[in-house]
Amino acid sequence: MREIDSNEIRQAVRDLAIAAAHDLEPDILDALLAARDRETGELAGNILELLLTNANIASRDRIPVCQDTGTGILFLELGQEVHIRGDLNEALQEGVRLGYEEGYLRKSVCDPLTRKNTGTNTPAVVHLELVPGDRITIRFLPKGCGSENMSSLVMLPPAAGTEGVVRHVIDRVLAAGSNPCPPMVVGVGLGGSFEKAALLAKKALLRPVGERSEREDVAALEERMLREINGQGQGVHGFGGITTALAVHMEVFPCHIASLPVAINIQCHAHRHKEIVL
Amino acid sequence: MPFTKEALASLQAGQLISLSGTLYTGRDQTHRRLCALLDEGKELPVDLAGQLLYYVGPSPARPGRVIGAAGPTTSYRMDSYTPRLLALGLAATMGKGARSAEVRQAMLAHGAVYLAAIGGAGAFLSKCVKKAELVAFDDAGPEALFRFEVEKFPAVVINDLEGRDYYALVAGAKKKGEG
Repeated sequence: MREIDSNEIRQAVRDLAIAAAHDLEPDILDALLAARDRETGELAGNILELLLTNANIASRDRIPVCQDTGTGILFLELGQEVHIRGDLNEALQEGVRLGYEEGYLRKSVCDPLTRKNTGTNTPAVVHLELVPGDRITIRFLPKGCGSENMSSLVMLPPAAGTEGVVRHVIDRVLAAGSNPCPPMVVGVGLGGSFEKAALLAKKALLRPVGERSEREDVAALEERMLREINGQGQGVHGFGGITTALAVHMEVFPCHIASLPVAINIQCHAHRHKEIVL
Repeated sequence: MPFTKEALASLQAGQLISLSGTLYTGRDQTHRRLCALLDEGKELPVDLAGQLLYYVGPSPARPGRVIGAAGPTTSYRMDSYTPRLLALGLAATMGKGARSAEVRQAMLAHGAVYLAAIGGAGAFLSKCVKKAELVAFDDAGPEALFRFEVEKFPAVVINDLEGRDYYALVAGAKKKGEG
């Protein structure tokens, strides 16, 4: 058994929130650089260059990459041999509150009915998973809603098959147009149950940008969907070109014999994510 | 900005332009409140005639800075309110993403344009805002109505006065190519 103090967790979450808003990770920066280098559209190329400049300014001058610093989404892998001293949930929420206050991040969370802003960017959404070991992995994914609003979940009939899944994903992504700030990362959750598919789609976004599925057939579908999406020419911000999406990541999970859940969670090019292992 | 009729008429769909001058900001709650004021027959806190309304909810300014990140939010959420504001003489709106058929019609009828700012470039665009002044709806937090002075603020013309839509032109060009 290993003890971890909840104060350490609170501090870690605060720091993750601030870092995520200002410093893009190498995976997304490399994907944007590669996109700029191969882009054929003139306007699209200029905009990709501007996005890379934006990332530099954000990191250097401590201005958020995007003003939509998002809803806080926390993924925790909690080692079952860890004992936490103090209140874990409180530490997570307090960490988010401190990060958004002290990092000059926008508070974007409100009551769904009254639309009154909670003023703290909490509550954050927490996904907790028990794993073997004596460590805690915390991943912070601030999710802006230009992209989140373009997400969808559908329960297809099994007869729709692979073609049905591919068509649905491509149609939804193209229908999103320039709303989600393309070039985007497309997370697909295939199978499981209603809520599992949605979670898989979001988890797919945690994979390093462009890393293919370990399953060969799934990796082939990811590549095919990416090619078809980019072949439609909407491009960066809908201004044309060959870079509508940077990657398609699909996570799969067995489902009921009567079911074929497909969830799509879209992420913008300001793909902010940070991770720490305690 | 504010725009002259000639300046508006010179804008062409697909053109990358650079904006300098005064604009107003507003997003979801700002629109809801402006239209509620109109419903009650009250005066708006600003005269929108000839102005540009930018859909943005900036992040807070660090001490000594003008504003935080200040990129555009998605425009379709403002669609249901926009025709009423265009009828008041609003000359241009700026955000990201396509507008509804109703908004496009209203823009044609009232001689207004729609511009796309560069989504997700909040830090870069923050540097283009030289002055930010709170005008109304302070309690709405990031959704308050500000007056910005901007310099060399980049934008792409999406809908021009001749009724062209750049997003549709891009999508149509691909379809035609496949013909």
